Amino acid sequence: MIDLQVKLSRAAFQMDVNVQLPAQGISAIFGVSGSGKTSLLRVVAGLETNQEGRIQVGAHIWQDTQQKICLPTWQRPLGYVFQESSLLPHLDVQQNLNFGLKRALKSSGGTQFNAAKSLKVSIELLGIEALLQRMPDQLSGGERQRVAIARAIAMQPQLLLMDEPLASLDAARRQEIFPWLARLRDELKMPMLYVTHSAEELTRLADHLVVLDNGKVKAQGPVSAMLTQVVAPVVVGEDAGTLITGHIGAVDVKWHLSRVDFAGGCVWMRDAGLSVGKAVRIRILARDVSLATSEPQNTSIQNQVQGSIQSMTPDAHPSQVMVVLKCGAEQVLSRVTKRAVDELGLQVGMPVWAQVKSVALVA
Amino acid sequence: MVQMLCRLRRKLSRMNLTSDSWQAIQLTIELAALTTVLLLILSTPLAWWLSQTHSAWRAPIQALVTLPLVLPPSVLGFYLLVVMGPQGPLGQFTHAMGWGVLSFTFTGLLIGSILFSLPFAVQPLQHAFEAMGPRPMEVAATLRASPLDAFFSVALPLAKPGMVTAAILSFAHTVGEFGVVLMIGGNIPGQTRVVSTEIYGHVEAMEYTQAHLLAAGMLAFSFVVLMVLALLNRRQRQVL
Repeated sequence: MIDLQVKLSRAAFQMDVNVQLPAQGISAIFGVSGSGKTSLLRVVAGLETNQEGRIQVGAHIWQDTQQKICLPTWQRPLGYVFQESSLLPHLDVQQNLNFGLKRALKSSGGTQFNAAKSLKVSIELLGIEALLQRMPDQLSGGERQRVAIARAIAMQPQLLLMDEPLASLDAARRQEIFPWLARLRDELKMPMLYVTHSAEELTRLADHLVVLDNGKVKAQGPVSAMLTQVVAPVVVGEDAGTLITGHIGAVDVKWHLSRVDFAGGCVWMRDAGLSVGKAVRIRILARDVSLATSEPQNTSIQNQVQGSIQSMTPDAHPSQVMVVLKCGAEQVLSRVTKRAVDELGLQVGMPVWAQVKSVALVA
Repeated sequence: MVQMLCRLRRKLSRMNLTSDSWQAIQLTIELAALTTVLLLILSTPLAWWLSQTHSAWRAPIQALVTLPLVLPPSVLGFYLLVVMGPQGPLGQFTHAMGWGVLSFTFTGLLIGSILFSLPFAVQPLQHAFEAMGPRPMEVAATLRASPLDAFFSVALPLAKPGMVTAAILSFAHTVGEFGVVLMIGGNIPGQTRVVSTEIYGHVEAMEYTQAHLLAAGMLAFSFVVLMVLALLNRRQRQVL
């Protein structure tokens, strides 16, 4: 359990956060720029002083203003990945990795800490074997971030803090790093706080979501539930959608398609070369789902899922309505116009057909 | 052609430096080297403090450090003389400790040189520390380095170019000082007579050839130093 109670006074906003986060997996801290995401992360790291509150990670108290406890940053067993390159420019990649490892080893007193193994694992996890002798200025942006992440996890921190690690990279470099981050999540047990303003990053990576707005927690919970909740669509804007967990049910070799079965139906998507039975996570964006009151005929849209209307909420724009459908055990979001709701006479509880125009594989 | 070369050789042999001049050169180098080493040791923590602090003391201390840059050397020399002289507070202290009086000694000259060249050491270092920004020290802290550890393992290596500049400037500026030396050093051969005062002496005695030789040497030395500095700076920019 990670307990964060933070009160901070800034010229731009008052931060007042009180959240308990799971001790495993990636917790995304999501919000627009200026919402206080980075400040929160810096307070957790001790780079900025928490004026009132406590920070506890597992059994360890890092700060408690009531008990007058406040560990300086260098005594907190954390890993921090900064937004832009943070490699020490006078050291090569190997020396950068050793810089933290050596000191972490000393402060842990050598207890159950196999430095050589830890180093090897982190180098392998991020695929940086070939870069070890290079200087930071000889690396690409993506390579630098991979080294920075490897340097952080090699220390086996109790908490890994990542401040928009992909924000300084272009789209292609970002795609290059995603798989590494997903591997970290799946293979390491250490909890991570991941600051982002990208809906793509949070749907692809996060398990838990904290939405920050103007220094306050606007919503929080498991990411799959959060994305279908009514607060979230407005927050995530154009990228509102649902995450559905299922498995590959069939592969159509002729048409290069594969079928994802989930509790509530099935959808076809582009064949990604996955074999039958493999567990997958797919995302269906609200804007890609249209509704019909009877089973659609003669349509190019291949995916139709039957369900019933669970709720209808006005969306950010007055012409739009966010409809939540119950399809078996899963929920699907659909963004339609108010006029369509009126013409079709849509009501809560009504059975409808959802036509899904596109499905994205996220993991 | 042969005649010309012979004439040149004769001229050069006539221009041989006197032993006094050699002594002055040796003393100058000793003074400059000692000043540079002591200045670097003194200026590094001072420059670090100036680059990091938000204290109200920052402005007055910064002004104090910069003062030798704008003061006439005679003013600095005069006050040093007063402070170090037999009636001055430092003079009385050193006398009480049995060290004698520092004015007109090599030690006195060394103290004067350090104060006189202080801004030339502090400013490049301070700029180097400021240009680094807060990020490297934050990164070091997240990698478990204590502040002192981070200062030696991150801040100092990153400020190396500033340190080289500070050393070169302190050395060259000490070699080039005149006013302070004259005020607090007097002009004692082998003790406080350096190249610049030696030149002054030669000119006073109308020994223009000797003066020329030393002056030209100083000119060449200063030019080479500044050119090396410019080359170093350019290479740094290319690296960055």
